[in-house]
Amino acid sequence: MEDKTNIIELKHITKTYEDGFSAVSDLNLEVKRGEFITFLGPSGCGKTTTLRMIAGFDVPTEGEILLNGKPITELPPNKRPVNTVFQRYALFPHMNIYENIAFGLKQKKMPEHVIAKKVRKVLELVDLEGFEKRRIDTLSGGQQQRVAIARAVVNEPEILLLDEPLGALDLKMRKEMQLELKEMHRELGITFIYVTHDQEEALTMSDKIVVMSEGKMQQIGTPEDIYNEPINAFVADFIGESNIFNGIMTGELKARFCGGEFVCVDDVKEGTHITAVVRPEDVILTAPEKGIIRGNVTSVIFKGIHYEITVESGKNEIVAQSVNSAVPGERVGVYVEPDNIHIMIAEDNTNIFDGEINKNYELEYNGRVLDVSLTDIIKGSRMSEDGTLLDAGGSEIDIEKVKIKISIQPQSIELTDDQEEGLVQGCISNMIYKGDHYSYVIHTDLEQDFVVDDEYLWNMEDQVGLVMPVEKMKFKVKR
Amino acid sequence: MHKYRFSRKSLGVPYALFLLIFVAAPLFVLIYYAFTNGRGQFTLQNLTGFFSDPNTLGTLFYSFGIAFATTVVCLLLAYPTAYVLAASRLRAKSVLIMIFIMPMWINFSLRITALKEILTWLEGSLAYHPFLNTVLGMSYDFLPFMILPIYTTISKLDGALLEAAKDLGAGDAQAFLRVTLPLSLPGVISGVSMVFLPAMTNYVVLDMLYNSTYIMGSLIGSYFSAYNWHGGSMIALILLGIICLFTLLTGGMEEENTRGGALL
Repeated sequence: MEDKTNIIELKHITKTYEDGFSAVSDLNLEVKRGEFITFLGPSGCGKTTTLRMIAGFDVPTEGEILLNGKPITELPPNKRPVNTVFQRYALFPHMNIYENIAFGLKQKKMPEHVIAKKVRKVLELVDLEGFEKRRIDTLSGGQQQRVAIARAVVNEPEILLLDEPLGALDLKMRKEMQLELKEMHRELGITFIYVTHDQEEALTMSDKIVVMSEGKMQQIGTPEDIYNEPINAFVADFIGESNIFNGIMTGELKARFCGGEFVCVDDVKEGTHITAVVRPEDVILTAPEKGIIRGNVTSVIFKGIHYEITVESGKNEIVAQSVNSAVPGERVGVYVEPDNIHIMIAEDNTNIFDGEINKNYELEYNGRVLDVSLTDIIKGSRMSEDGTLLDAGGSEIDIEKVKIKISIQPQSIELTDDQEEGLVQGCISNMIYKGDHYSYVIHTDLEQDFVVDDEYLWNMEDQVGLVMPVEKMKFKVKR
Repeated sequence: MHKYRFSRKSLGVPYALFLLIFVAAPLFVLIYYAFTNGRGQFTLQNLTGFFSDPNTLGTLFYSFGIAFATTVVCLLLAYPTAYVLAASRLRAKSVLIMIFIMPMWINFSLRITALKEILTWLEGSLAYHPFLNTVLGMSYDFLPFMILPIYTTISKLDGALLEAAKDLGAGDAQAFLRVTLPLSLPGVISGVSMVFLPAMTNYVVLDMLYNSTYIMGSLIGSYFSAYNWHGGSMIALILLGIICLFTLLTGGMEEENTRGGALL
């Protein structure tokens, strides 16, 4: 029977560095004994810092770490029953393989014959029998990796921490080691805490995945949960490939996104801003009249077992995976089964839209220049003398690759009859009375829905202009 | 017709000439004088003379003693300094390193003169402790040459190795003894060879500190000023042999160590 007690608990862990950078903030986590748990996230998301706090290399600024129910927050690493496999192995170059593996056992003052026996056994486990006398620099990356694992597991730790251990290996080797590590986890029965930025690795190996971003835990769950039911747009985007659209609920089990009205199975209140996620493998390309929306095929890439087909519909791009090929330029319909649309409630009703940078380095939306300087938006950037935009490092920024997300709160937008006065125009497609104001949904000419809170009464189908003061906008740079 | 063509190899010509005129030729002259007598005949007398004369042998041992003591003093001062400098996370680190290097910017004889005044004031007269004074003077002079290579090796040490040692149960002392120390040996070795060898021959320090005992450098000088070119050449040759031996020895060790260190 599997023991289901918590081996390690993180309680309100926060790590803030001296320069004020917060690597991890208010992280709560419980790890069960014998679990294979993976911290997954892009670089700088705090996953390695979390691991280092469990290992004892870093001390959290706030919060508590419990091992088997006892606090170990400030215990130095050499006193913890925890061993680490380091990112670049960190094998001792002046020792041979035997001495490397025996290091931990010698620290425990074990008799030499016990050490010899244990080393032999662990070398067998990692398939390096007879390598005792070899020098570290005579080993390949994969072999060094195995020695690093052997050096850690020979101490029989309660928890094995692995910090992107396969990052330095080539693809084939990595796949092999993934399976071997999984096998080793089963054989040893100890808890593995694994850190990676590779979502496929996480999905393949883990019992449980912790998705992290910007120092916060985004979602925790089994690989299936994380893949099928991502909790927010970040997780959906990070795990697997996804089509992610901002949209709005237009009725019971009805959502409008990507320029069409789709039937879904998530019961979300009408008028709510949502994020809709559709996996490429769930996008069905049909004849134009059978699709919910229509678009033109812009690219077809052969991927071995399927084709990756990109369809452009209005301003939206949809990526589909299909076993049938298509021809670029072909007009197709796009259909998604209600079951395959994953609806997430947007964090709030903030309106988010994409700005465009024109060749004069001005920010534009709907063909109108916004009165804001790009150098204020892109941190550390400046204009060079010959009129190009340079980043903090002094190299030119390719504006084609930079996207600027503009967000504005519903109450910051004003509606006006004078359509030309508005930054964008649209018609009111939905309105809800919210006690002291009306919440309108305006479907714009650019196929986007805006939520606007306004105290005045307008009518359905009214054509209005949306006045958005630049000082109320927030900008986020995406590359 | 064969035209001369300038190639990259031609760039080496000046240096080859330099080597020939200032290294190879003098060496041959040195060897020639070392194994001949005043009448130009081949002889081993200079060699046997060196090893049978208690004065010359005494000088060899005295030089050795000074060089050894200087090296030990430098090492004892330099290692902890370099370690603290390398391990500290001070922002002012470069300033600290500068402080240790700065004496090198000040004229050497000025520094020794200053030291001389201090020692005279402390000891009453320099004549009481000539050996100690010489070792102090040389250590003062050579210390930066010991600190720098050790500092460089320690600061290049991969921090993950120390973390690995601690992760595997080693305390601070054990981690230092089993990881930092062995991996900083290449720096120690180059520091030692940069201090020991000059200390064997640098007689200026002795002169300036009124230490009238000969060391190898001054011994050779005295032979030449007495026009005994043959005896002087032999001593120079013997010294060269000792230095070669020492370099080979430490060089071999260093290679052994950097082979592993290449991974870092």
